[in-house]
Amino acid sequence: MTAVSGQAPTATARTREDGGVGTDAARPDGRLKVTGEFAYGSDLWMDDMLWGVTLRSPHPHARIRSIDIGPALALPGVFAVLTAEDVPGELRYGLEIADQPVLAEDVVLYQGEPVALVAAEHPETARRASARIVVDYEVLEPVTDARTALGHGNEGPRTDLHPEPTPVVEQSREAAPLRPHGNLIRHLKIRKGDQRDAAAAAGKDIVVVTGDYEVGMQDQAFLGPESGLAVPAEDGGVDLYVSTQWLHVDQQQICRALGMPKEKVRLTLAGVGGAFGGREDLSMHVHACLLAMRTGKPVKMSYNREESFFGHVHRHPAKMHYEHGFTRDGDLVSVRARIWLDGGAYASSSAAVVGNAGLMGIGPYVVPNVTMDCWGAYTNNPPCGAMRGFGAVQAAFAYESQMDKGAAALGIDPVELRVRNAMEEGSIAPTGQVVDSAAPVVELLRRLQAMPLPPAASSGADVDLRAMPGGVSNTTHGEGVRRGVGWAVGYKNIAFSEGFDDYSTARVRLEITGGEPTVTVHTAAAEVGQGLVTVQQQIARTELGVERVVIAPTDTSVGSGGSTSASRQTYVTGGAVQEACRRVRAAVLARSGRELWEDVLGDLVAVLGDEAVEETVVWRHRPTEAVDPETGQGNAHVQYAFAAHRVVVDVDVELGLVKVVEMACTQDVGKAINPQAVVGQIHGGSAQGMGLALMEEVVVTDGIIRNPSFTDYLIPTILDMPPMRVEVLELPDPHAPYGLRGVGEPPTVSSGPAVLAAIRDATGMFLTRVPVRPEHITLSGDVRSEERA
Amino acid sequence: MEFLAPGSWPDALAARAENPGAVPIAGGTDVMVDLNFDRHRPDALIDLTRVGELREWSVAEDGTVRLGAGVSFARVMSELSALAPGLAMASRTVGSPQIRVRGTVGGNLGSASPAGDAHPVLLAVGAAVEVESAARGPRAIPVSEFFTGVKTSALEPDELISAVLLPAATGPQQFAKVGTRNAMVIAVTSFGLALHPEQGRVGAAIGSAAPTPLSAVDAQDYAAGELVDLWSSRGELPGGVAARFGELVAAAARPIDDVRGTAAYRRHALSVLARRTLTWAWDEYRRAA
Ligand SMILES: Cc1cc2nc3c(=O)[nH]c(=O)nc-3n(C[C@H](O)[C@H](O)[C@H](O)COP(=O)(O)OP(=O)(O)OC[C@H]3O[C@@H](n4cnc5c(N)ncnc54)[C@H](O)[C@@H]3O)c2cc1C
Repeated sequence: MTAVSGQAPTATARTREDGGVGTDAARPDGRLKVTGEFAYGSDLWMDDMLWGVTLRSPHPHARIRSIDIGPALALPGVFAVLTAEDVPGELRYGLEIADQPVLAEDVVLYQGEPVALVAAEHPETARRASARIVVDYEVLEPVTDARTALGHGNEGPRTDLHPEPTPVVEQSREAAPLRPHGNLIRHLKIRKGDQRDAAAAAGKDIVVVTGDYEVGMQDQAFLGPESGLAVPAEDGGVDLYVSTQWLHVDQQQICRALGMPKEKVRLTLAGVGGAFGGREDLSMHVHACLLAMRTGKPVKMSYNREESFFGHVHRHPAKMHYEHGFTRDGDLVSVRARIWLDGGAYASSSAAVVGNAGLMGIGPYVVPNVTMDCWGAYTNNPPCGAMRGFGAVQAAFAYESQMDKGAAALGIDPVELRVRNAMEEGSIAPTGQVVDSAAPVVELLRRLQAMPLPPAASSGADVDLRAMPGGVSNTTHGEGVRRGVGWAVGYKNIAFSEGFDDYSTARVRLEITGGEPTVTVHTAAAEVGQGLVTVQQQIARTELGVERVVIAPTDTSVGSGGSTSASRQTYVTGGAVQEACRRVRAAVLARSGRELWEDVLGDLVAVLGDEAVEETVVWRHRPTEAVDPETGQGNAHVQYAFAAHRVVVDVDVELGLVKVVEMACTQDVGKAINPQAVVGQIHGGSAQGMGLALMEEVVVTDGIIRNPSFTDYLIPTILDMPPMRVEVLELPDPHAPYGLRGVGEPPTVSSGPAVLAAIRDATGMFLTRVPVRPEHITLSGDVRSEERA
Repeated sequence: MEFLAPGSWPDALAARAENPGAVPIAGGTDVMVDLNFDRHRPDALIDLTRVGELREWSVAEDGTVRLGAGVSFARVMSELSALAPGLAMASRTVGSPQIRVRGTVGGNLGSASPAGDAHPVLLAVGAAVEVESAARGPRAIPVSEFFTGVKTSALEPDELISAVLLPAATGPQQFAKVGTRNAMVIAVTSFGLALHPEQGRVGAAIGSAAPTPLSAVDAQDYAAGELVDLWSSRGELPGGVAARFGELVAAAARPIDDVRGTAAYRRHALSVLARRTLTWAWDEYRRAA
């Protein structure tokens, strides 16, 4: 086991091959990105291309009485105007449930839903034309609350542990059902242990803490908006270049919508400027293909920032009610929880998010008695789906708040309460699954405790404003500033769970080019900025001992690489590349008649001659299973990954402004394939979780997004993101390639709750909603004055 | 769209007179956002960046600073922190380094947003906006009469802003703004303060908490009254004065609830900013003795 410092990441266990596994190998795309030369999807260009634009619904819920495209078609320079009638294949698509129309047919269910498409010579012409399309809407009342949609209405949160399990209305036809089968997307249940109240279950004197929590709607806020270029091909098919997260699942959905076989719909990954889950669903994919097929010309579509807020799913907003029962000495004996996730107008990946939020929903603790209900509902809000942390993020705010509340009620230090109840290897998860590799919750917390705390805040006329709450806006020179420290630990399931057939394909080729051995790795796994291309090169170098590794363009001419999500690519595509390399090695050895790779390596030019050795591997992680629908029991997960944060904040309690002074993170990654990239993921993931705690929210009122811009959807800047201390543990998981554990999501799970805890510590206020807004701190009845203080 | 690039101030005024539908563009940090979002599609742009006169500043014998409309925030910070400390502080809070290099004080006034960060300080110091048209020549509009509504001003369609006229600082000045992150943020609310010891006057003005930037007149009068005997003694600020000043500033605001913050929070924050900045400015004044 090794620790990697966050400040100046250094590789620890360097392998002998330079640039192999365990080294800080340089990114092949790094220089281009830093110098601004990298071509993103929005840079795609063909000389004779047209521009496509989307007309979207201004209403969150309306019936379409009629659409008149005539005035748009009449505009010179316009080549096509399309509506739902022009979709040749199946109108509806979706990741899990095909419920979302390519273009709205008779109703629109959210603001921003695509209604019509225009292709024109110039983007401006296309926009002007789309504004001339006349859509006659009959505006309907939107359903904008998940509980209302489910008929759970204003029953109000339960405040004790004692009542009989409440019968729950799962489908409410009265509440203006948005779907024939009701507004329920999924109800995940866990029934583990004794379902009686905590005291009866434990047979002891029990301290019960109860809390209601709310998490706002976060946006992925990737910097490269949705873009792609569809090119009609001579064989009657189409080639689509697109920024995405999973080419093959896009291809399947596009094929259905176009009514074409997959041989005719070929996808190539365009440069991706961040994803974070927001590119798992289709955006402009089918639209551009439809316009290209109709006009016979290449069609580019590229959203602007505002449209991007309507063009992808967001993180589910959550309302959560939790009841924790502790013994007097701090043993957590029961958790009863109810989580409502607002799925918005279409299902997207809501069912899986509900599964995650519920199954990960009590945190990395051992609890004998668990009652969990997690619902996902359809509403007329913007559709919600995948975002880094995928349900685990929302639940962590609640369960970590509960641990702090329990610690306060019991008079126990919050870290000690967590340590006392922590999962470890061999523990039983709430699903009944045995945690069968390292679960170093205690060690992560202890290492955080061992780190020094940052120095106290300064004050006075000469303060460095950048270190103050409010920053350079000059709001305090120390007045009203209180320090707080918060702790949180979280965990995340890695790769796809609940029985999903989750695999990646890798094709590896070894040949001599220019007198030198060259490895080409070809997968369809999307590099979205995380460094997968580097990892693939590193694995090939380590497995084959060949320095020169080329990553072929990412496209659908090779089998699926699965999704770049669920922190799974290094594990699953990495596993596929490793296995393909090993098969190449075996094939070359067989051909050479020798036994040791070392002996062949120096002689590859002679052994291979002009021939290439190529192997294609479809690689699966160990299977998972669906959970029992009534009890939530089952071996649902491949692997868990754990991270913990200690966050130090200064809060100006009079203005409600927060300066995060330091974030410290400990995380177990099993094996750091690229230590520098690992630390980068921890920094970025921590920042994204911090953003949710402090400022990131898509504000939706009556189904209308009020801040679809980076002027008002705020993400942390470099002056908001503090320096980090990072310690990386490498406790190998014997089931995973190189013992690695997924890295990208866990820091996003625990950083936000630790920020929230630190703000509470500073203010003495038990805040229950994120993002915490300044007015929550100053105007919640506890406005402190420096003159009184 | 036509792109006009006059090389001198007279040419710029002529272009303005001849093209009523044209939009002047200086740093472009507001204009380009509007164009990109397709909020506005003018017939022509008049690029003012080639008009050298607009990028100059000077101090007259009476101590009036004449700041060309095209001087960037970055230059205000580095060149005018002694003559116009409040404006320099406000400039430091604008956007990001890139925006401060491009963005100009003239452009801030041209947009006349209630959230423009230059405005509260300009009100507090009693500045004037110098404007000119080819037909009628120059005139000076007191800043207190410049803002006429949300993003509207007293600038006539054939006029351009040539400069801002402001008295060189004779006492401490402050600017503070509240936003929901620590940099690169539009004001939820803001406050500018200027002490004028030689006149026994306190300037106080509010941003982002009314349809226009606004002077807090009652607060100014109250502070001047409380300080009347203290300017020469440089004695301590009497207890409660800063707090009362804050309350009066808050009372002057006419805020609304919007996605950036609530009216109640804006009022509360203003009372805190006003109290703190008066305390800082007075402490600085005392230290300067
Ligand atoms: C990312 C970003 C962050 C920002 N942050 C802030 C902030 O924190 N605080 C803030 O106050 N503003 C902010 N702004 C807004 C903008 O930067 C300022 O309003 C700036 O002062 C505009 O100056 P400019 O020179 O770029 O003006 P331009 O965009 O060139 O022009 C703005 C307006 O003024 C008119 N105009 C310009 N010069 C003249 C002239 N000489 N005569 C007549 N009319 C003229 C133009 O026609 C236009 O209507 C931000 C903008 C961006 C894009």
